Amino acid sequence: MPVTSAPGSPSLTLEALTALRWRIALSLTVAMMVVYFGFILLVAFDKPLLGRLIVPGLSVGVLLGALVIVAAWVLTWVYVRWANNHYDAHLRGLRR
Amino acid sequence: MIGTGEPNVVAIGFFLAFIALSLGITVWASRRTRTLDHFYTAGRSVTALQNGLALAGDFMSAASFLGIAGLVALSGFDGLIYSVGWLVGWPVVMFLIAEPLRNLGRYTFADVVAARLRQAPVRVASAIGSLAVIAFYLIAQMVGAGNLIRLLFGLPYEVAVLIVGVVMLAYVLFGGMTATTWVQIVKAVLLLGGATVLALLVLAKFSFNPLALFAEAARQYGDGVLSPGRLVSDPVDAISLGLALMLGTAGLPHILMRFYTVPDSRTARSSVGYATAFIGFFYLLTFVLGFGAMVNIGRDAITKVDPGGNMAAPLLAAAVGGTPFFGFISAVAFATILAVVAGLALSGAATLSHDLWVNVVRKGHSNSGEELIVARIATVALAIVSIALGILFKGQNVAYMVGLAFAIAASANFPVLVLSMFWSRLTTAGAQASTIVGTVSALVLIYLSPAIQIDVLKHAEAWFPLRNPGIVTIPLSFAVAMVVSWLRPVPEEARAFHALERRIHLGTE
Repeated sequence: MPVTSAPGSPSLTLEALTALRWRIALSLTVAMMVVYFGFILLVAFDKPLLGRLIVPGLSVGVLLGALVIVAAWVLTWVYVRWANNHYDAHLRGLRR
Repeated sequence: MIGTGEPNVVAIGFFLAFIALSLGITVWASRRTRTLDHFYTAGRSVTALQNGLALAGDFMSAASFLGIAGLVALSGFDGLIYSVGWLVGWPVVMFLIAEPLRNLGRYTFADVVAARLRQAPVRVASAIGSLAVIAFYLIAQMVGAGNLIRLLFGLPYEVAVLIVGVVMLAYVLFGGMTATTWVQIVKAVLLLGGATVLALLVLAKFSFNPLALFAEAARQYGDGVLSPGRLVSDPVDAISLGLALMLGTAGLPHILMRFYTVPDSRTARSSVGYATAFIGFFYLLTFVLGFGAMVNIGRDAITKVDPGGNMAAPLLAAAVGGTPFFGFISAVAFATILAVVAGLALSGAATLSHDLWVNVVRKGHSNSGEELIVARIATVALAIVSIALGILFKGQNVAYMVGLAFAIAASANFPVLVLSMFWSRLTTAGAQASTIVGTVSALVLIYLSPAIQIDVLKHAEAWFPLRNPGIVTIPLSFAVAMVVSWLRPVPEEARAFHALERRIHLGTE
C-alpha cells in the first residue's frame, strides 16, 4: 500500500502504530506502578523516613502521598498530549 | 444532637430537593429514551466534560467520601494510603482500556472480549464476573446507605434501603443512561463543590495554609498522625491491596460502560483526563477534611457517633458551617449513594439483557425492541434483588465487600479484557477459564482470609494469610488464560486478531 502523506503529517503502518501505542501505554503504566508501589514499599519498610518532618505539619510521607496524586495527573497529561498531537495524526494518515 | 439519628429538617429538605431535581431530570430523559442505544448509552452524545464528571460521580462513592475522611480523621496518614490508592487506577484505565474499549464494543465490556471469540462461552463467563462485582458493590452501597440514612435523617434502616432501591429504579427504568448520566453529573458537581467549600471553611481558620492545619493536628495528637501507623504492617498485603485497587478500577463494569456514552475514542480519552483531574482533586481535599475533623471535632467525639468514623465529614460540616451546611453535606452523601447504585443497576441490566439474553439465550437473533424490554425487566429484578440483599446483609461490615468487588474486578475482568485486546493468541477457552478462575479464586481466598475467618467468623486462625487476594489471583488469572490458550491454539481466532487491531485504532469507521 503506497502511502503519500501531507507534509508534516507522519505516517506509520498499522503494525508500527500498534507497536508504538502499546509501547507508550505499557511504559506509562509501568511508570505509574513504580511510583505507586514505590510509595507503598516505603510505607511498609521505611516508616521512620516517612515520619520525618520537613517543616512543621509536613512529613515526608504526606508530601510523597500528595506527589503520587500529582504523578498520576502528570502521566495522564503526558499521554493525552502524545495522543492528541501524534497518535491522532497517525490515525488520520491511516484513514487516508 | 447531630448525627445521632434525630430527624434533621434541613437535611431532609435538601434531600427532597435533590430527589425532586433528579426525578425531573428522569422525566425529561424518559422522553428521549425510546431506543436501545438511548437506554444503554444515552445515544452516544455525552461530551468529554460531561462524561468526565459522570465517571467521577460513578467512582466517588460514599465509601470514598465518608469512609476516607473518617479514616484520616481517626488514623491520620494511614487514611491517606487509601486516598492515593483509589486514584492510581485511573491512569491505567486511560493508557490501556478507554480508547480500545470505545472502538471495539457497543454496550458491555464483554462485547470487546467476545469480538473475535465464540460468543456464548465468553458472554456467560463475563456475565458471571460482572454480576459478581456488581452484587458485592451493590450490597456495600445498600448497607452503607441504610446505616448512613439512619444516622443522618433518623429513618429506619429498612425504609432507607427501600427508598434507595425505588428511586434508583425510577432513574434507570424510565430515564436509562441519559437520566443516570445526569444524576451522576449533578451529584459530582454537588460533591466536589460541597467538599471544596467544606475544605475552605476549615482552612479559613488556618489562614488557608494546609500545613498549619496538619501541624495543629500533630500538636494535639502527636507527630504520629503524620507518619505511617499500623495499617500497613505486612508489605505483601499492602502490595496485594494496591494491585486490586489499581487494576480493579479498569475492570468495574459500570465504569467501563460509561465509555460507550461518548461519540468517539478521542472523547473517551478526554473524559478520562477530566475524571482523573476531578478524582485526584477530590482525594487531595480528603487530606484537609480528615485532618480538619480530627482537629475541629476530635477523635473521641467522632467515634462516639459512629465507631467506624463515617460521620467525620458531616460532623465537620456542622462544626464549621452550622446546621444548614450539615443538612447540605448529608443530602450530598445520600445523592452520592443513589447515583452509584443507579450506575451499577444499569450495567447489571446490560449484562443480563445484552450478554445473557440476546447473545446466549437468543443466540444473537433478537431485535432491539425485545432487548430493551428485557433490559427493563432486568432493571426491575435487580432493584428487587438489591433491596432484598440490603436488608439481608443489615449490620454486616461493608468495607470488605468493596474490597471484594475490586479484587474480583481485577482478577476476573481485567486480565481477559487486556489479553483480548493485546494478545492475538488468546482463545475462547482461555478467556473463559481466566474469568471463571479469577472470580472463584478471589471469592474462595477472601472467604479463607483473616477478614472473614478471624474478624467475622471469630476463628483463631485463617487458612490464607492475606486480607486481599489480588497478588495471587490476578497473576493466576493471567497465567490460566495464557496456558489454556497455548495448550489448544485456535488459528482462526488468532487470524481474526488483525481485523481487531485495525478496529482498536480506527473504530468501525
